Amino acid sequence: MTETPWWASEGFWRKIAIWITALMFVVLIFLTFDSLSDITAGSKRVPAYSVINKRIKYEFDEKRNFQVPVIGEDAPLFGKKLSEDEAAALVSYGKKIVQGRNCMNCHTLLGNGAYYAPDLTKSWLDPAWGNEDSRETLMKLFLQDPANNARTYGTGRRMPDLNITEEEARAIIAFLKWMSAIDTNGFPYNFKTLTQGAAS
Amino acid sequence: MTVGGFDSANLDGGQKLAVKYFAVAVVLFVAQTLFGILAGLQFLYPDFLYGILNFNVNRMIHINAMVVWMLYGFIGAVYWLMEDEAGTQIVGLKLGNLVFWLLTAAVAVVVLVYLFIQWGPGTDATRWFINEGREYIEAPRWADIGIVAVVLVFFFNVAATFMKGRFTGIAGVLTLDLVALAGLYLAGMFYTPNISIDQYWWWWVIHLWVEATWEVLVGCIMAWGLMKTIGVRRRIVQTWLYIEVALMFGSGILGLGHHYFWIGTPEYWFTVGGFFSALEPIPLVAMVVHAVYDAGVHKLKSTNHPALAWLIAHAFGNFLGAGVWGFMHTLPQINLYTHGTQWTASHGHLAFFGAYATINIAMFYIAIQKWRGNVWMSGELADGGWKWKWSLALLNIGVMGMTVALLIAGYEQSFIERAMGGSSWAAYFAGQSHPWFVQGMFWRMIFGYVTAAGLSLLVWDLLTLGAGETRLARVLVREEEESSGAAQAAATA
Repeated sequence: MTETPWWASEGFWRKIAIWITALMFVVLIFLTFDSLSDITAGSKRVPAYSVINKRIKYEFDEKRNFQVPVIGEDAPLFGKKLSEDEAAALVSYGKKIVQGRNCMNCHTLLGNGAYYAPDLTKSWLDPAWGNEDSRETLMKLFLQDPANNARTYGTGRRMPDLNITEEEARAIIAFLKWMSAIDTNGFPYNFKTLTQGAAS
Repeated sequence: MTVGGFDSANLDGGQKLAVKYFAVAVVLFVAQTLFGILAGLQFLYPDFLYGILNFNVNRMIHINAMVVWMLYGFIGAVYWLMEDEAGTQIVGLKLGNLVFWLLTAAVAVVVLVYLFIQWGPGTDATRWFINEGREYIEAPRWADIGIVAVVLVFFFNVAATFMKGRFTGIAGVLTLDLVALAGLYLAGMFYTPNISIDQYWWWWVIHLWVEATWEVLVGCIMAWGLMKTIGVRRRIVQTWLYIEVALMFGSGILGLGHHYFWIGTPEYWFTVGGFFSALEPIPLVAMVVHAVYDAGVHKLKSTNHPALAWLIAHAFGNFLGAGVWGFMHTLPQINLYTHGTQWTASHGHLAFFGAYATINIAMFYIAIQKWRGNVWMSGELADGGWKWKWSLALLNIGVMGMTVALLIAGYEQSFIERAMGGSSWAAYFAGQSHPWFVQGMFWRMIFGYVTAAGLSLLVWDLLTLGAGETRLARVLVREEEESSGAAQAAATA
């Protein structure tokens, strides 16, 4: 049997495997540092938690060719303007409730999770809440008694009662409002928001 | 040493531990299927178990049982091959045994809490003791810490045993892969209110496990399995293993970018994620070529027919489920409409089954063969081998059927909900109530039952195959001295 050529030898491929793995990992670390600076709360793509004091719109951007969140004028959640710290605490409480109630194993958030219930990425802007005036009340009522306020659109799928208190509902809504302001590169596509403000 | 009945005297130290892992893995496989059926039924009958075992509980147990049984299978597989590969006894076997019981107790407690407590208030205590609420890594934080401790003991056993004995190429890849596997889990163990950062690191765990370190781990098991079942030369499988690692990590590490299209991360991930994840099927094609070519060269003469069949099923299933089904919706131009729809469920079912369930099942067959005293498991089995053949067929048809049914539902969902409806709640439900979607869910259920039937048969076969067999396993004629671990074992048996 002839000698194994270099390109078919174990040693050659072992070196290739090590170098490629190391290179890819270094590139990933570099991109991770860059991405994390872009998605820290308060950056351009992921707004500060106090964005819940503002009106959040989702408008088509000609240059990027998809919809992007646009932060508008003052529109404090539940009519109460919060400081940055207060807003951060409320959104964080909301997210902890969302995790503790295991929302992600029925819903998707930013498109990730389970597919038994609607995506929550832009749920704050969903036309199902009617208009801006009714939205907060309807969301609160729904979260506190989802079984009886369910609109299943003929599927019969109702959200179960998870004993959500009014205080908890407010925090969840704050989290959802904040999440709707994240720049998700146009996901979900072609989303039509409820009517907000006089102009839109 | 006895032939025909299960006898631990037939096993080496690592293998005695391995069969414990395999036994729990099979139990969890059954649990996965059972809770999958409950969750699937809720799509068709939403009032079924409503308020008692809601969809989110069933679905969580369905996917958690899957992740854990596969890990049990992998750990078992490594313990199974360790003494054979290293040519020496396992260094910390007692510790390994202790850790097995601790892990199994912890898994039982976590599942009981999932079932009977289900959820908690928005406090840190909920995440520490009940449920972390993050898909796939819902296990509470105390269990996370336990898992890391268990993996460290496992890693110690692997590294120390190979260092004491032979440090082969397979051993080297395995050891380094386990460092990455354990280290990556840490990326998921923190809380942040920022969901973009949360999901950024969450994908490090999920993607870099499933599409990188797990793939390399099964590559090691495959390499050893091919030497063992059909006598492929070590030099060939190890060279292949290095090529696999280069291709797998070369595409899979930055392929992570396909999860960073829509979570708030910058637009350059479209390019990085799209390009590298499009390359991800290449190592999977290579594995098909490798497995089929080697099986052909050795004229399908194997020491263990069911195991070889499942290894081939692994090669094809990995390529189809992870490679083809993944590629279908990995480009951002397509993923915009398919992200978060039943497409993902379709891909998930075939990929996890094809890539990981299959190779674990192959190891189960290798294990029962030796456990029964290295009995004959090639052709001409006592009952014609109908059980293993039918369970192989039913499991593969069942999972493939579910995959296609979910894909049809996914197509319908991405058209009606996403492209046309604009992704609102009303559009979501318009998609979900459409007859084509409902039909997809109906057929998924039918094929779910087929899968369950295949699994029942598999369990029955694993408990009975080789019972009363008096012939010893086929002895492979080796082409090369260095790969003779398996041949020696077979020859001395």
